[in-house]
Amino acid sequence: MNPEPLYPYLPLIFAGIMGLSILVYVILDGFDLGVGILFAVAPTKHRDRMIASIGPFWDANETWLVLAIGVLLVAFPIAHGVILSALYLPVAIMLIGLIARGVAFEFRAKARAQEKWLWNRIFFGGSLVTALAQGYMLGAYVLGLQNTWASFSFGILVAFCLAASYAAIGAAWLIYKCESELQRLAVGWLQKSLVVTVVGMFAISLATPFASPRIFEKWFSVPEIIALLPLPLTTGTLFLFLFWQLRHMPDPEDRYSLVPFVAMTGIMLLGFAGLAYSFYPYVVPDQITIYDAASAPESLLIILIGTLFVLPVIAGYSIFAYRVFGGKATELRYD
Amino acid sequence: MDPLLLSRIQFGANISFHILFPTITIALGWLLLYFKWRFNRTGDESWMQAYFFWVKVFALSFALGVVSGITMSFQFGTNWPGFMEKVGNVAGPLLAYEVLTAFFLEAVFLGIMLFGFRRVSNRVHTLATFLVAFGTTMSAFWIIVLNSWMHTPTGYEIRDGVVHATDWMAIIFNPSMPYRLTHMLLASGLTVAFLVAGLSALRYLVGDRSEGMFRALRTGIYLAALLIPVQILVGDLHGLNTLEHQPAKVAAMEGNWETRGNVPLLLFALPDEETRSNHFELSIPNGASLILKHEAEGVVPGLNNFVAEDGTIEHPPVAPVFWAFRIMVGTGMAMLAISWLTAWFLWKRKELPLPLAYLLLPMAFSGWIATLAGWYVTEIGRQPWLVSGVLSTKEALGPVAGGMVLSTLLMYLATYVLLLFAYLFVLTRLTLSAAKSGDNRPEPGVAGETALPVPNANAALQPGE
Repeated sequence: MNPEPLYPYLPLIFAGIMGLSILVYVILDGFDLGVGILFAVAPTKHRDRMIASIGPFWDANETWLVLAIGVLLVAFPIAHGVILSALYLPVAIMLIGLIARGVAFEFRAKARAQEKWLWNRIFFGGSLVTALAQGYMLGAYVLGLQNTWASFSFGILVAFCLAASYAAIGAAWLIYKCESELQRLAVGWLQKSLVVTVVGMFAISLATPFASPRIFEKWFSVPEIIALLPLPLTTGTLFLFLFWQLRHMPDPEDRYSLVPFVAMTGIMLLGFAGLAYSFYPYVVPDQITIYDAASAPESLLIILIGTLFVLPVIAGYSIFAYRVFGGKATELRYD
Repeated sequence: MDPLLLSRIQFGANISFHILFPTITIALGWLLLYFKWRFNRTGDESWMQAYFFWVKVFALSFALGVVSGITMSFQFGTNWPGFMEKVGNVAGPLLAYEVLTAFFLEAVFLGIMLFGFRRVSNRVHTLATFLVAFGTTMSAFWIIVLNSWMHTPTGYEIRDGVVHATDWMAIIFNPSMPYRLTHMLLASGLTVAFLVAGLSALRYLVGDRSEGMFRALRTGIYLAALLIPVQILVGDLHGLNTLEHQPAKVAAMEGNWETRGNVPLLLFALPDEETRSNHFELSIPNGASLILKHEAEGVVPGLNNFVAEDGTIEHPPVAPVFWAFRIMVGTGMAMLAISWLTAWFLWKRKELPLPLAYLLLPMAFSGWIATLAGWYVTEIGRQPWLVSGVLSTKEALGPVAGGMVLSTLLMYLATYVLLLFAYLFVLTRLTLSAAKSGDNRPEPGVAGETALPVPNANAALQPGE
């Protein structure tokens, strides 16, 4: 079979794979980073259970970041260099955060009771720093990776909002995985962090079109605006629904405990779709398109074949792992 | 500040820190499978206790390997964008296959392996252990393929200044790959063997005489005694392969300046690139010629062959390669002597003499020393190239300023030093607490009556949660 007719579509396919990886990462690692951030307000007695709710998953969740950055690296090598050089410091800070958070899991599990406070703080600090750094990078990216004060301040704003949205999805996860008092606390945490998430999404939605005339054009010309209207409307409705739903939670019979998590996933999905629409076809905003940055089609094809075989398998055994540790979180034991 | 040097130090520091942990997890995964298999076959609880102890070491090492590995995947872009721009068409698919076939496998099944013993059937738990071991080995395979290709690139052509793949089989099975992969897998086996033996010796020294301790000690020592001669042979073959493809590296390893026959094997010397000669040589006549060419008159290439007409040095820095090589070989010899001696005592006398127990303590990390030294030989030995003959290290450097690199370098270094201390501290403490339980436990026969899984069967085996 001659694969050449496929060549022009490869950059788009890989942009899709990368986008999917980022989205899955933001949702999955979002909830376990969020649980870490919530350590700030969580009473000590609940912390072991909070860790137990994410312990078997965090490692695989983080692998989606490796896949996302890997696809950027292998499919769009030029963009990878430009973006990561421009974000040099926030990337380094995020990595330190990821390191601290990741090792804290293991060290905490082996620490004596009187030393746990140290690893609790490192776990919280690492999760927060990671989320802030990712938010800052998102903000800087939205404004086109410029080195200006406006870009810097916007980055800071988005940093806090992304951290809040991670806390929100983390709280939603806890509502699903936990019971009684912890579940009740998580409902309150979700309500509060959701407010900041709304602010953040609103800020990004406003800033993105005004930062680039091209993106403004893509959104606010007729008939695009009509076709796109459902996007912000659905997002808004989901937010309102979630606020309403939370007023009736926790449910005494634990009904609908997965609903907040699903709603948060929907909100993140819609926000992500909006960004993807805005930036397409650029991988470096208004500078390099996915078609300019793509690797040689022969190499992409090799990766694509592997991906098509392996990705469903990965999805399959990931779902299996989530089922093994399904239901309410219980104490984690090695033996 | 020179951003090139700083970026190299930064990447070197990261990759040195990183490799410590995969070196443990690659072989430890298989060792865990072996423990699990013995438990499945015999139903003997002490195998499962060995498993539960070492799975904690595995989990800790794995986490450190993951986080330091993620750091490196970002540093390709932050510090070395030229690498992917030039050779991305080859390096990309190899890295992608590593993530797809290895990372997800190990990360997903790790959860089941660590926490799933009571949640899945014993068979699935064994399968999860196998898949994690398999995943770490696959990961090693792909990364060694890429690294070997950087040393001995084949199967490509350069079009418009960019490398394009022409033959994937030639890329994957490039000339140095089989040697490097075998050498590294054996290094991992030896690292774990001495770690297991060393930590068991620590348990022995604090009074633990349990069957579990002896079981681990014997496993570690016999494994080491078995692997080290194979490793010496493979190392020699790898050296001959390097001589064929990267003669400048071998010249630096031998500290040989002139191409000639009857080259001595230098046991000690201070290579001096200013005068292009060695000081204080202590040598075995004809040794290097004999090792590399199997005859006393064998002609060995010299470093002076790799100086361009205009005086540009095209060989690697001599002293670091020369010394790293001697540290690696010296550690290997110590491994050989100590593992065989201990094996003899364990085999014939069924005991561990106290001096040997003390010797095994520092040897617990001999695998780390040898592995790092070996990687320094091969990686510094590739300089000034990043990809031999294709891309120089200098060309791959990104536009980041020296001061910026320095600040992140210090940040990483501080993190790594702290983590290394924490790791060693926790490892020691886990061992000591296991030793304590080994001391207090009833006779092995009695303990064997408690069938697994029973909650709270042994308080010392509980994780900190």
